[in-house]
Amino acid sequence: MTGDHQALALLLFAAFVAGTLAITTWAGRRRRGSAEEFYTGGRLFSPMENGFAIAGDYMSAASFLGISGLIALFGYDGMLYSVGFLVAWLVVLFLVAELVRNCGRFTLADVVVARMRERPVRIAAGTSSVAVSVLYLVAQMVGAGSLVALLLGGTSAAARSWTVIGVGALMVIYVSLGGMRATTWIQIVKAVLLMAGAATLTVLVLLRFHGDVDQLLTAAAERSGHGKDFLSPGLRYGGDWTARLDFISLGLALVLGTAGLPHILSRFYTVPTARAARRSVVWAIGLIGSFYLMTIVLGFGAAAIVGTTEVRASNAAGNTAVPLLALDLGGGAGTTGGAVLFAVVAAVAFATILAVVAGITLASSVSVAHDLYATLGRPHRKRRFTEVAVARMAAVGVGAVAIALGLLAQDMNVAFLVGLAFAVAASANLPVLLYSLFWRNFTTRGAVWSVYGGLVPAVLLVLLSPVVSGSPGALFPGMDFQLFPLENPGMVSIPLGFLAGWLGTVTSPEAPDEARHAETEVRALTGAGAA
Amino acid sequence: MENREGLEAATTRIDDPWYDALASGWGEGDGGGTPAVPGPARPPQQRRAAADIYLEVQRSAAFQEVRARYRRFVVPAVLAFLAWYLAYVVAAITAPRLMSHPVAGAVNVAMVAGLGQFLTTFALTWAYARHARLYRDRAALDLRWDTQELTRGAAER
Repeated sequence: MTGDHQALALLLFAAFVAGTLAITTWAGRRRRGSAEEFYTGGRLFSPMENGFAIAGDYMSAASFLGISGLIALFGYDGMLYSVGFLVAWLVVLFLVAELVRNCGRFTLADVVVARMRERPVRIAAGTSSVAVSVLYLVAQMVGAGSLVALLLGGTSAAARSWTVIGVGALMVIYVSLGGMRATTWIQIVKAVLLMAGAATLTVLVLLRFHGDVDQLLTAAAERSGHGKDFLSPGLRYGGDWTARLDFISLGLALVLGTAGLPHILSRFYTVPTARAARRSVVWAIGLIGSFYLMTIVLGFGAAAIVGTTEVRASNAAGNTAVPLLALDLGGGAGTTGGAVLFAVVAAVAFATILAVVAGITLASSVSVAHDLYATLGRPHRKRRFTEVAVARMAAVGVGAVAIALGLLAQDMNVAFLVGLAFAVAASANLPVLLYSLFWRNFTTRGAVWSVYGGLVPAVLLVLLSPVVSGSPGALFPGMDFQLFPLENPGMVSIPLGFLAGWLGTVTSPEAPDEARHAETEVRALTGAGAA
Repeated sequence: MENREGLEAATTRIDDPWYDALASGWGEGDGGGTPAVPGPARPPQQRRAAADIYLEVQRSAAFQEVRARYRRFVVPAVLAFLAWYLAYVVAAITAPRLMSHPVAGAVNVAMVAGLGQFLTTFALTWAYARHARLYRDRAALDLRWDTQELTRGAAER
């Protein structure tokens, strides 16, 4: 990488950081420090604003860098991520968005405790929300690290580590000072930048092939070294049945995980009504759908123009395919066009990471403060800190944990890490949410069991999987305590979460509370008494 | 962009009755809210009354109708798209021959199926938004006001 690249890209990074810090200051100045304001930005965003913010929260660096990279390396098999990430929004739109907006106030746990005993359920749901968020954060931190490694030539491990630390520190500042209002505006700015960046590259790729998609695919298949197989399923998840089951497991986790992500759920509380929540999801689906279509073009474009071998040589996990593609589209290494486009893409990816990281940190610190701190303390003692103060402190704690794990997991594909976070969300959060919204006989014990019954197996199976030990690409390649063959636990842990909820309910000694079920159902579908 | 029309239709309506509602400041301390934050419990008398109201509303024909309309759309739609998505995923690993069958040029069945997922997602989104707007929103809003009136009455009693 030449000096031009670095200087320009660092300049753009700095501009984005300055801009977002300005937003944070502006948003923080008008705050009154109420929980309503810190957690939801006063619930006054419009559906369009929230739609962009949802898209911004969701389209992580994992999608932009990771999915395109996987497509560049494995062709068709990488497309599953694009499809799964989008189809998942139908679950959110149909079953979750409006009802959650009507029933809850700030977090996932709010929806469930509306008809259950408060303390055990809040602790369970709070714990799983924090666990999912931390896992998701690690993926984003790894993305930040590998991006900067590429930018600075990939030689300096120290630079990479400092990036992870810097990103962590910035997000703590955004969240603890600006709360939901600043975080939302950062998401919106980022979503616009990301869409513009991806659209520019897509147009350039298509122009290169004179708008002929067929030619693009043919060229990608040729340059990939796999021929026609590149365009068919099986390059990554073909072969033995373990790999094939992994594919199904991942597919399940992707489509069911989104509705259980705490930072997505908390976005529905930033609009005034359920109707507005629905319209923001419609906006988000439009944006996210077009974005994922573009990542497919970019992935095949990277294979066709840069070449699969070159992508793999730059980063074995494929995370750098899009920046390399930008360099080539701008005119190649050493040209001004190449340097500019490369710097722009790097800056957009950096913005993406910062924004997503801020969104997740906010959601998890809200869970810590609103669900865990408010419940775990002894009820009769006066609390030393207000909830919002705790949330600000929690942001620092979550940031520290994410930085530490991010430094550990530096060499893994970010889209893949996100797949793990989705699996845990789908196992621990989705069953309890759907049961409490739709099942008349659901009880407190069922709620608690379904959270832990999904969370514990999901986390355990990840720990015992080839991701953590016993394979060359593992987190601890030197050790071997691998017992579970699949990389993604979804296929086992998601059904377990649902099963545990059912089992807990039918063995429950207490009768289901009919009146509170009626209250939940009426409120969910009409919005009566909504916050 | 199949859903462009849907987006427009769903987002350009300014005369949204729920917005006016916000300005009047409802929902701040009405008796029907569940105490989501740990705080002083409501007196049992009041709790009883609010609970009865929700049960009553739940059994009312108007609410049953709203719920039935919601379920009649959502249940088949969820089953359909989940089945279609799972079929897509399972076909990729069990029928690679079929999936790599060429359709036109370099485009094969797998590609078409993948793009089909995008198209059905956009189409279902549009259909859901339209269904909710035409068949549910008005009735749900009426129920909302009625219920809130009742719970407020119960709180004052």
